[in-house]
Amino acid sequence: MDAVTVTDLVIDRGRRRVLPGLSFTVPAGQVTGLLGPSGSGKTTLMRALVGVQRIRSGTVTVLGEPAGSPGLRSRVGYVTQAPSVYPDLTVRENARHFAALYGAGAREADAAVAGVGLADAAGQLVADLSGGQKGRVSLACALVGSPEVLVLDEPTVGLDPVLRVELWERFHALAAAGTTLIVSSHVMDEAGRCDRLLLLRDGELIADSTPAQLRADGRSEDLEEAFLNVVRAREEVAA
Amino acid sequence: MTAILDRPAPTHLSPRLTAATAGRVLRQLRHDHRTIAMMLVLPSALLGLLYLLWKDVPTLPGQAGIFDRVGLTMLGIFPFVVMFLVTSIAMLRERTSGTLERLLTTPLARLDLLLGYGAAFGLAAALQAVVTVTVATTLYDLDVTGSTWLVVLIAVADAVLGVALGLLASAFARSEFQAVQFMPVVVLPQFFLCGLLVPREQMAGWLQAVSDVLPLTYAVEALQEVGRSAEATGTMWADVGIVSGVALLALALAAATLRRRTA
Ligand SMILES: Nc1ncnc2c1ncn2[C@@H]1O[C@H](COP(=O)(O)OP(=O)(O)OP(=O)(O)O)[C@@H](O)[C@H]1O
Ligand SMILES: [Mg+2]
Repeated sequence: MDAVTVTDLVIDRGRRRVLPGLSFTVPAGQVTGLLGPSGSGKTTLMRALVGVQRIRSGTVTVLGEPAGSPGLRSRVGYVTQAPSVYPDLTVRENARHFAALYGAGAREADAAVAGVGLADAAGQLVADLSGGQKGRVSLACALVGSPEVLVLDEPTVGLDPVLRVELWERFHALAAAGTTLIVSSHVMDEAGRCDRLLLLRDGELIADSTPAQLRADGRSEDLEEAFLNVVRAREEVAA
Repeated sequence: MTAILDRPAPTHLSPRLTAATAGRVLRQLRHDHRTIAMMLVLPSALLGLLYLLWKDVPTLPGQAGIFDRVGLTMLGIFPFVVMFLVTSIAMLRERTSGTLERLLTTPLARLDLLLGYGAAFGLAAALQAVVTVTVATTLYDLDVTGSTWLVVLIAVADAVLGVALGLLASAFARSEFQAVQFMPVVVLPQFFLCGLLVPREQMAGWLQAVSDVLPLTYAVEALQEVGRSAEATGTMWADVGIVSGVALLALALAAATLRRRTA
């Protein structure tokens, strides 16, 4: 079963064509990594998945419905790249507000805060937190609705290795319970943690694969090197 | 799994989600002690300045004092101006911080969000009006022939009008600099033409026509009615109706200009 189907997606931002025509599917109940260098169009694609990006042509289907349609809004969670929570509210108040919007209660909100390791900071204003902590509040505010599809834009940036490993364990636990996760990153060492990989470069999909397959195609155990080899091979073909 | 079953039906207006938004905005306000203090104290302080300004100016026998006329009108203009500014900045912050984008991916309907803002700042305005009216009538001897509760009611209607126009204006502002400059654009012409500086009967015909379509004109007229008559008049209720109607219209327009999908 595919959770997401994207067909011939074309997106212009400003005068630039950011996505020139993407097609791919994302399987349900897995962690799919969206990887690519800065400016390759990861955020743009994720905005399209949650229905806030104006698109030129093509279709984006999530859980069988057009992306962003009303029926999806309680089933799809989105964590923006920059933490989007209220700095003038406490951690708990932020979580409870988003819980209320998703029809969840205060208990779920407190559990989501504890789940990102911020139980001790629950009463603190978000403005007074560190950058990494703010990001985790933002994550908690999406987890609180227990969505079926989670779209996470670089959720582990600025986190220490211990916390990063914990979050990835959390992502896999969610996937095991049936949640579909789409996680963007531009650090290749996180690619190895994904079940599937989508590699984006200048808006083009250069690989729709698994970590093992990418290692084989790129003839390297190191995913970063494998990625570069795949890019070079494509450029030679194009030349 | 019950959490999934009793999830709210999205896009439809939901009083529950409107209330959640209003509660959130009020909670944000509660953490900002200085803003609360300024909201509650500033109008009274400014009114005090006007009181002192006109205190010793003699009035013609049989006529209401200038302060009674101007001070009463100010009770409607303060909440309008303050709430216009506060909401246009609040909404702009919501837009630039990414929280708006995020809210638009949740079951919250756009009108829920705007009505939530209206309710929260309307409530803040009610508190502000009670303080200001109490101070004005006790400390500054402001004479109001009608009920002071009607003054509070009109002040709240004005505040909601300010909120609605502020939300609408913020849709056209790309930066805080622009948002702040919408204040003189929206507020000053209405203030000049509302009948306080020059009685409406004495204005040039076309200015009067412009004044006729500006909502603040009716807010000021309503307050003048309360200042004059002991009982609530039909004109006053009609004025309150017009102000509230324009506020709702502006909220609906603001919801329509709030795009879910952006480039
Ligand atoms: N609001 C915008 N208006 C015009 N162009 C934009 C806008 N936002 C992004 N772009 C352009 O779209 C392209 C893709 O941007 P996007 O944010 O999707 O990249 P990204 O892969 O998420 O990068 P990063 O890893 O740095 O977050 C970039 O070239 C960027 O300049
Ligand atoms: Mg990005």
